[in-house]
Amino acid sequence: MLLNIKNLHVSIGGKEILKGLNLGVNEGEIHAIMGPNGTGKSTLAAAITGREGYEITEGEIWYKGKNIVGMSPDDRANEGIFLSFQYPVEIPGVSIQNFMRTAINAKREYNGQAPIPTVDFLKMMKEKQAMVEITEKLQNRFVNVGFSGGEKKKNEIFQMAMLEPSLAILDETDSGLDIDALRIVANGVNHLHRPDNAFVVITHYQRLLDYIVPDFVHVMYDGRIVKSGGKNLALELEEKGYEWIKESNL
Amino acid sequence: MKDNDNNSGIVQQQLLDFYKSNEAAICADDTPKVRVLRNNALQRFQDFGFPNAKMENWRNSKIINALHGNFRMPALDEKHSEAKPFSCELCDMDTEIIMLVNGVFSGETSLKKYDNGMVIGSTRTAMKARPDLFDRYFGTTMPAETNGFYDVNTALWHDGYFVYVPKNVAAERPVQVIKLIDNESNPFVQTRNLIILEDNASLQLIDCDDSFNQQSSLINAFTEIVIGDNASLDKYKLQNINDNTSLLNSNSIRQFGNSRFRSNTISFNGGMIRNNIHVALDAEGAEAQVYGLYLMDKHQHIDNYLKVNHKVPNCTSFEKFKGILDDEASAVFNGHVYVAPGAQKTNAQQNNSNIILTPKAKIDAKPFLEIYADDVKCAHGTSTGQLDQEAMFYMQQRGISKANARMLLMYAFAAEISNHIAIPAMQERIDDMIKRRLRGELSSCDNCVLRCSHPKEYHFEIDENKL
Repeated sequence: MLLNIKNLHVSIGGKEILKGLNLGVNEGEIHAIMGPNGTGKSTLAAAITGREGYEITEGEIWYKGKNIVGMSPDDRANEGIFLSFQYPVEIPGVSIQNFMRTAINAKREYNGQAPIPTVDFLKMMKEKQAMVEITEKLQNRFVNVGFSGGEKKKNEIFQMAMLEPSLAILDETDSGLDIDALRIVANGVNHLHRPDNAFVVITHYQRLLDYIVPDFVHVMYDGRIVKSGGKNLALELEEKGYEWIKESNL
Repeated sequence: MKDNDNNSGIVQQQLLDFYKSNEAAICADDTPKVRVLRNNALQRFQDFGFPNAKMENWRNSKIINALHGNFRMPALDEKHSEAKPFSCELCDMDTEIIMLVNGVFSGETSLKKYDNGMVIGSTRTAMKARPDLFDRYFGTTMPAETNGFYDVNTALWHDGYFVYVPKNVAAERPVQVIKLIDNESNPFVQTRNLIILEDNASLQLIDCDDSFNQQSSLINAFTEIVIGDNASLDKYKLQNINDNTSLLNSNSIRQFGNSRFRSNTISFNGGMIRNNIHVALDAEGAEAQVYGLYLMDKHQHIDNYLKVNHKVPNCTSFEKFKGILDDEASAVFNGHVYVAPGAQKTNAQQNNSNIILTPKAKIDAKPFLEIYADDVKCAHGTSTGQLDQEAMFYMQQRGISKANARMLLMYAFAAEISNHIAIPAMQERIDDMIKRRLRGELSSCDNCVLRCSHPKEYHFEIDENKL
């Protein structure tokens, strides 16, 4: 199993947000995590990626056979975990090109490889940006600075393509996207999906799942996964809303 | 601050005594105009002494503490020992070099004249050789708000550097001034510089303050700059002095119609630094861009004082100073934009931003707009914060280590200023120095950043062929 989360409890500032979450993800699978606001979906993403301030009070996160609780965020990233941020951060003064090169070389160093040759890097940039329909101009700009919502999300998928993670978590990548951007983002994900990697797609709406078809759909409520099923569960949620989940879990 | 007041009184008396016993030598080459200016300044200095911390423009400034009373007045004929290896020719830089040691011109030809009429060299020699030219400009930029440091400089100055670019001449290569303090015992150095750009002239000037060793000293430099109609000056100031040196770097700039002044003051290291920049926009269409960057740590102190005087309509000024403060370093930013009555269509922007890396580092920022015209575009702002934690996590999530993420963020912050350097080879060098400074690898012993002295001690990462 690529990712195996067992009985995960996470608190922020003493307040428990995740209350015993279990999730298993195998290579080659796409999992969708749905659920109403405030149920801990983004907290789950933060806990897997090792964000500061998210205290794991109980439970384990196994990834590629290692319990990664306590591992630094950069080491987790270099182990192949990628998060497409719900709100990508603007970094004035750092060009996307410089940023990506630093990230790729960090990963290569982690794996005992030499830095990427410039020619290869530039070729890779060109290929991957074409995949998500990013213009070359954007690449010379500072990371996310002055980008529209759609451009920011496309840039996340572009970075994902560059870093080729084994586990990619998409945190509400569809929020604020128009239909064209949504299509581009979904195409990017489908293009990158391989038998040896996996995706966890966090979303509110079924809409994205028309494009990225999940193998499993999980519904989170109050810090736990309360229902799991196939892709039809998403359609059911779309139809019925989350109220019936809430009611059945009172 | 009583002790300081007492000590500054002692230093005041030392300086007055020094003048009295060396008057003949100090004034030997004076034109009548210079002599009058000296006397007036001396009188003011005698009456008012040094500024103190109670004065608004000197509040929070630690430079006054540098007046500890142990300074020695350097002999007027003092020069570096000839054994020291000054080998500017070796560094193969494409610049015209002026070298000052302890504030005194050092070199064979103290005034170099070019075919196009340009003159560079010693201030003192220029005064002797071209008294008419000298008198036309010397003392014409002095700010109304004087103080003891300016006065003592005007009264006691002995030498400095002089640059003259005549009408319609564009200097072919940048002029590079290297200033070294080479002394065993606490000199108090008064350097006086004069830069003249006549109408339609243009010049790029690099002015470096460096230390030779870890000895302490107090440098009181005053630079007058006149920029004629349509003339353009790019002035780069690099400060990389040791922690025991105190530096007052004062500049007074007078700009005429449609002239352009672009200045970039980069402070890498220094025990105490005070930069004073007075810009007088005297005729319409003048534009001043004043940038600064300071990277201070340990107990270092930097104080930037800017005064931009919009005297007439349709002038533009843009000031941006940024700093990163580590350990227990402290900084002051004091920016004052004055817009005179009737100076309509003034466009003045002022900004100071700081990153504070520790709880003990400190910044006092005082931006100040004083506006007496009603049709102007003026803005000012300051910001002080820590490194952006969201950005830190974002970078780490992409695999970049915490240390490298920090470096990237700090460098990006600083590069906004160094990007304004218009000499590409120099910008590359400065960027490299910024990185080394942020990694804690740049010592003041690197001496002149353009490595024109001590060539043996240098090892640079940058390809020399690019310079």
